[in-house]
Amino acid sequence: MALVDPTRRAILAQLERRDGASISELAKPFTIRLPAVMKHLDVLAKAKLITRSKSGRTVTVRLRAQPMREAMEWLQRYERFWSSSLDRLASYAESKEAEALRKGR
Amino acid sequence: MTSLTLVRRIRARPQIVFDAVTTAEGITHWWGPDAGPVLVAESDPRVGGRYRVRFLRMLDSTEYESSGEFLEIVRPVRVVMSWRWKGGLPDPGESRVEITLKAVPEGTELTFVHSQLQDEEASRGHEEGWAGALDKLEAHFAAETAA
Repeated sequence: MALVDPTRRAILAQLERRDGASISELAKPFTIRLPAVMKHLDVLAKAKLITRSKSGRTVTVRLRAQPMREAMEWLQRYERFWSSSLDRLASYAESKEAEALRKGR
Repeated sequence: MTSLTLVRRIRARPQIVFDAVTTAEGITHWWGPDAGPVLVAESDPRVGGRYRVRFLRMLDSTEYESSGEFLEIVRPVRVVMSWRWKGGLPDPGESRVEITLKAVPEGTELTFVHSQLQDEEASRGHEEGWAGALDKLEAHFAAETAA
């Protein structure tokens, strides 16, 4: 249920606009406290939508590129498959049309 | 939700295109990613009927199978079917194929849409986060492949 909560959706929207943000930057627009933000981040990390990396005392949160990459791979794979299929479908249908015309239908 | 849209203009009347799309005889002539042959084509083109296509992909000399159910059939304008891979690949889950035919002066304009079905949560994620980028991609594919 990672995306049901409006705060979590707002966090994702913020992350989409910049490359990485600290937890306090993320918490700023909300009226809730830091521990509550941390809980939301736990849910998002568990859903594999974000990553957290620690450098010294700062935790940087980033959107995971993976789901986007998967969507692109899906599109590219099927684009090749169907493009090639539809080209053959077109020439087959056109030959059937020519056949029907020859038979005077 | 990720989806792919392709448009083709075909110099044949919609009835002929529709039968080429839905009958086993037709499917044998065009289904597959490359020039590899269709090995088995079965099709029962009515609502609730199923189809199954087994084909050889030349690229890796491997047999693949796709199958599904006809969800909507309106001859000669529209067919909607579920679509699933079997064997040869990790199963990416069920997806949906919609083909719409429109009579145009030179024959038929075919609009093809393949949509990935995901659980509701992932779909909402796309709506919130990646919808913009995906729309752009989709437009790119649609523009590039429109005949």
